[in-house]
Amino acid sequence: MHDVVILGSGPAGMSAAITAAEYGLAPLVVDEQPAPGGQVYRAIQGTPLRNRTLLGEAYWQGEALVDRLRDTRIDYRPATRVWQLTRQREIGLLRGERAELVQAHQVILATGAMERPFPIPGWTLPGVMTAGSGQILLKSSGVVPQAPLVIAGTGPLLLLLAVQYLRVGVPIAALLDTTPPGRYRQGLPHLPGALRNPRTLAKGLRWLRELRHAGVRHIKQVSSLRAEGDERLERVAWQCHGQDGWKTLEASTLLLHQGVIPHTQITQALGCEHEWDARQLAWRPRLDEWLRTDIEGIAVAGDGGGIVGAQAAELQGRLAGLGAAHALGAIPAGQAAKEAHRQRSRLARETAIRPFLDTLYRPAPQWRLPADDTLVCRCEEVTAGEIRRMAELGCRGPNQTKAFTRCGMGPCQGRLCGLTVSELLADANGQSIEETGYYHLRPPFTPITLGQLAAASQASKALSAGPGASPPSPEPH
Amino acid sequence: MFQRLSLPDMPRGSEVSFRFGEQELQAREGDSVAAALLASDVLACRSTPVSGSPRAPYCMMGVCFECLVEVDGVPNVQACQVPVRDGMRIRPQHGTEGGR
Repeated sequence: MHDVVILGSGPAGMSAAITAAEYGLAPLVVDEQPAPGGQVYRAIQGTPLRNRTLLGEAYWQGEALVDRLRDTRIDYRPATRVWQLTRQREIGLLRGERAELVQAHQVILATGAMERPFPIPGWTLPGVMTAGSGQILLKSSGVVPQAPLVIAGTGPLLLLLAVQYLRVGVPIAALLDTTPPGRYRQGLPHLPGALRNPRTLAKGLRWLRELRHAGVRHIKQVSSLRAEGDERLERVAWQCHGQDGWKTLEASTLLLHQGVIPHTQITQALGCEHEWDARQLAWRPRLDEWLRTDIEGIAVAGDGGGIVGAQAAELQGRLAGLGAAHALGAIPAGQAAKEAHRQRSRLARETAIRPFLDTLYRPAPQWRLPADDTLVCRCEEVTAGEIRRMAELGCRGPNQTKAFTRCGMGPCQGRLCGLTVSELLADANGQSIEETGYYHLRPPFTPITLGQLAAASQASKALSAGPGASPPSPEPH
Repeated sequence: MFQRLSLPDMPRGSEVSFRFGEQELQAREGDSVAAALLASDVLACRSTPVSGSPRAPYCMMGVCFECLVEVDGVPNVQACQVPVRDGMRIRPQHGTEGGR
């Protein structure tokens, strides 16, 4: 039985582990990546881009956390995937061909964010990828798109990637900005909050200046976008607000991005209570002041509980680590409360910029509710039109459309269509998104063979026989 | 589609060889299989079970499952989650080959 098991080794996971170890616990940290850092500090130990100005100081801030993860009390297991987590906190792990089950008193989910789906016509063509994927290729392998490259969408990551490409000498044919008109005006009331975090605000302004000085063709108020080509991307076509006709540009790579959303696959499958965040336009698990879900012993730190950014994720990791130590009696209640109060104040300061950013970069409806001919479910190739037709036939929620169309039933288990389908059904049925709901998800979270499952089942029997543990024996699927 | 940067102070890293279908390709140690394929100008790593349309890596972080390939005889491997190794035999996954 482990004190605390932490899933994910991004800023939240690492700082949760470091904090738990500081209070004398022996945390187990598992992560599917081969090295620590999560997506934001991805490949920080191995990146070929050693010149620090290229990826920027914010990236290299992750080094301090990675160094402290080497604490001997922390059992860090890379390249390990989680295929199951039960309400009794039994966790199924898979490393290479080896499956195993472990049990924890406390679980901290630090599974971070994923990019918001960006369904446009042609987004499944080879050559169309996400901005996040471009950044991962850059950080981990120094691999970059060949010209002509088009970047499209909205949000801080898009600008950061453009700046990073400029610094390494990758030409950008065009930056198609889908930020709708009026967003700056709408963001204005939130500016005082943003000014509580001037560092982040200044960083964004610096990126915009850098792009302007480099003379990047920045096309604003893009209102429609298509990726075109036969078998692979050949052209990007777009329209701007208030203008007729399509413009096109030849492209071999198109990188899309419209913000990030909490990666809630595990909390949804667990059946944690979730709420719709109307400002961030995403589901997030309902958390208390210690970042605990409504399931005993399971907390969420970092972007998986609502988008907060890397700095705040680190602070949340501290808070969750502290909470675990407190729950296990490793720290006196008074001290825990005092320290938690300190972390919450820092967190409030750090996240004060979110309402401004969320408002400024809120994707317009047409980017979330695509036209009928656009594929929504990439795996099973279901279009937005088919989902709307299902609504006409009386489907109220995504589990019904899943049963009728297979939408969300493919290998990604609805990760890339779930949000779009919920929003489409809510819109088509004239009902709230809360009434519409989300997919019912089930383990395994990741592909696992029957052989691996059988081995894990044997391990589970041994675990059940152990003292103090009574997990349910898993039934092979 | 993609290329390797060559900046003055970049470590070159050691080279590994792998097969993709019938092609003998090179990559750098530390690349994921997906990065290795993209840097080798491989256009598509699989075709879909529904329409047979070609697909390539999309998210590079294990979310989209577009980069499913067969690695050393094991189907349904997410190419973006597995480091490429010397002598690896990778096959594109067509249609329903990976099961459904």
